[in-house]
Amino acid sequence: MTARLMQGNEAVGWGALAAGCRFYAGYPITPSTEIAEMLSRELPKLGGKFIQMEDEIASLAACIGASVGGLKALTATSGPGFSLMQEHIGYAAMVEVPCVIVDVQRLGPSTGQPTSPSQGDVMQARWGAHGDHPIIALSPTSVRQAFDLTVQAFNFSEQYRTPVILLLDEVIAHMREKVELPAPDAVRVVDREITRVPSEWYLPYGDALSDVPPMASFGMGYRYHVTGLFHDPAGYPTQRLDEIGPWIERVFRKIERNLADIVLVEEDGTDAANTIVVAYGATARSAQHAVKLARGQRAKVGLVTLLTIWPFAEEVIERVAHMARRIVVPEMNLGQLALEVERIAGRRKVVRVNRANGEMVTPMMILEAIEGK
Amino acid sequence: MSQDEHSAYNYLRHTKKFPNVWCSGCGIGIVMSALIRAVDRIGLAKDDVAVVSGIGCTGRMPVYLDFNTMHTTHGRALAFATGLKFARPGLTVIVIMGDGDALAIGGNHFIHAARRNIGLTAIVVDNSIYGMTGGQHSPTTPLGSRATTAPYGNIEPPFPVCELAAAAGATFVARSTVYHAVELDRYIEQAIRKNGFSLVEAVSYCHTTFGRLNKLGPAVDMMRRLKENSVTKSAAEKLSPEQRAGVIVRGVFCDEDRPEYTALYDEVIQRAQEGAGAAVRTTGGLG
Repeated sequence: MTARLMQGNEAVGWGALAAGCRFYAGYPITPSTEIAEMLSRELPKLGGKFIQMEDEIASLAACIGASVGGLKALTATSGPGFSLMQEHIGYAAMVEVPCVIVDVQRLGPSTGQPTSPSQGDVMQARWGAHGDHPIIALSPTSVRQAFDLTVQAFNFSEQYRTPVILLLDEVIAHMREKVELPAPDAVRVVDREITRVPSEWYLPYGDALSDVPPMASFGMGYRYHVTGLFHDPAGYPTQRLDEIGPWIERVFRKIERNLADIVLVEEDGTDAANTIVVAYGATARSAQHAVKLARGQRAKVGLVTLLTIWPFAEEVIERVAHMARRIVVPEMNLGQLALEVERIAGRRKVVRVNRANGEMVTPMMILEAIEGK
Repeated sequence: MSQDEHSAYNYLRHTKKFPNVWCSGCGIGIVMSALIRAVDRIGLAKDDVAVVSGIGCTGRMPVYLDFNTMHTTHGRALAFATGLKFARPGLTVIVIMGDGDALAIGGNHFIHAARRNIGLTAIVVDNSIYGMTGGQHSPTTPLGSRATTAPYGNIEPPFPVCELAAAAGATFVARSTVYHAVELDRYIEQAIRKNGFSLVEAVSYCHTTFGRLNKLGPAVDMMRRLKENSVTKSAAEKLSPEQRAGVIVRGVFCDEDRPEYTALYDEVIQRAQEGAGAAVRTTGGLG
């Protein structure tokens, strides 16, 4: 297809459709609303369903209900709505129902500055829901990547039966770039594994063969129970230690055993660098420019771009931190993912470059940190 | 009578599920059997029925039922059910909630599900109290009644549940009590048959918390009060406003036919696919 000028939010919508998403429930909120608008127009053309719910709590609830009914489901929101969704992110993790949540980060806390960018929800994406559960969160650095990572978010969600969070920032969401989207048949799409056992043998959370139990949609003839209480392999509530413990171990295992698949990182010149920049989202664009400028001055700088924010790229950071003298972590917040880098690399090596006033981190700010000014 | 002959037997889960969590004498079980009898009378296949609940004593009902069942979060059962019904319009989706669940934390979803007229059957088991957490006042606790969080008497007026649902747009609304089980069966059956948002308020009681705090006696006394303190809609019309105060009025309060949400959305799909075009600007298709 020909190249088109396209906004990040729009690319998310096309990515969702390409991934097989056929259900959207959401509530209007800046700067994410374009995703809802375009899907309200495009989903019914494909026989899909769009509904504008009464709030963000209901939006994610409807998505989970639709996913149990067998449709790939998406919701999109921004900070305030993302806060409201936390309970149901936990529920989706508990009942292992695939769904994708887009959070277009804006400056906060509270109503903050709705049209200004931020990367302030990074830790909320990891720890926003109560209790222990794994999560996958991805963050694109360009409009084209917004398309690709939306597809990837659905694929991870379906493959691992887990909620997946796509963290955009207002810059990526509203920025228009020239993109060429792949043909639909060139997009790799993963669908959840559907059970093939007879209904009387079906254990919705049975883990005998796999850490990701095959699903059955409601209405398929497999009558089972879904509950946010801890449940046994049959799906029934349990208080037994010998059933709760294995459940927690399994849902963490299904992510941790597949880090090589899930943790997406781009590395540029990290093998011979003494300074490493670790960036994500729109800030990675500033970082690319800063690294280019620094290399022009013969600095040995490498760039690690995190496409997967959670689970955190521990192995990559550990490897590059071992060689580097300085690790620069620019973020549009007051230091969130820097905490993770510091956990791996130690505080002494890490230089934080932070900005949380609604403006992007500039290449010059990062360049100064690279040069140790 | 053998177990196989009991009307409810085929609709209950028999592995690891009984005894149930409810106090002996609780009215929730009566609503559960009324639901089963209604489904049985309509002749729905178990595979085609989904029962969705929120949190609370009533929220525990689905796990005992041999349908597609979902025990969701507090107050949000209708929102989950909306997604499920929208994704699978062929399913009969019954949503079972308590009064606090449906009307306090879930009040917003309650009025909006009714407004959309989506084809769900909502059953509110109204026992006037938060039972599972030990007796706090709810949106249906009568004025002046005591609760653990209203030790000097409740000063918040209760919601008229049926009137609220009808005003919000429900197309079938009825109220009965757990004493009037036969009537309850009939209303739930009518509600399930309605193609639109239907609500049945099943007035129950909580002798364990509300009864104890308000010195209303054991379950039998509270059950007797449902009998003696309730009248049919036609009988209520003959009462003066003073006489009607505090009396439970039973009956069908609303039975209308308006287009159901998922059916309307099928028309949206048709319009979109016919290329009639959306009212807003289009930016082209994929590929």
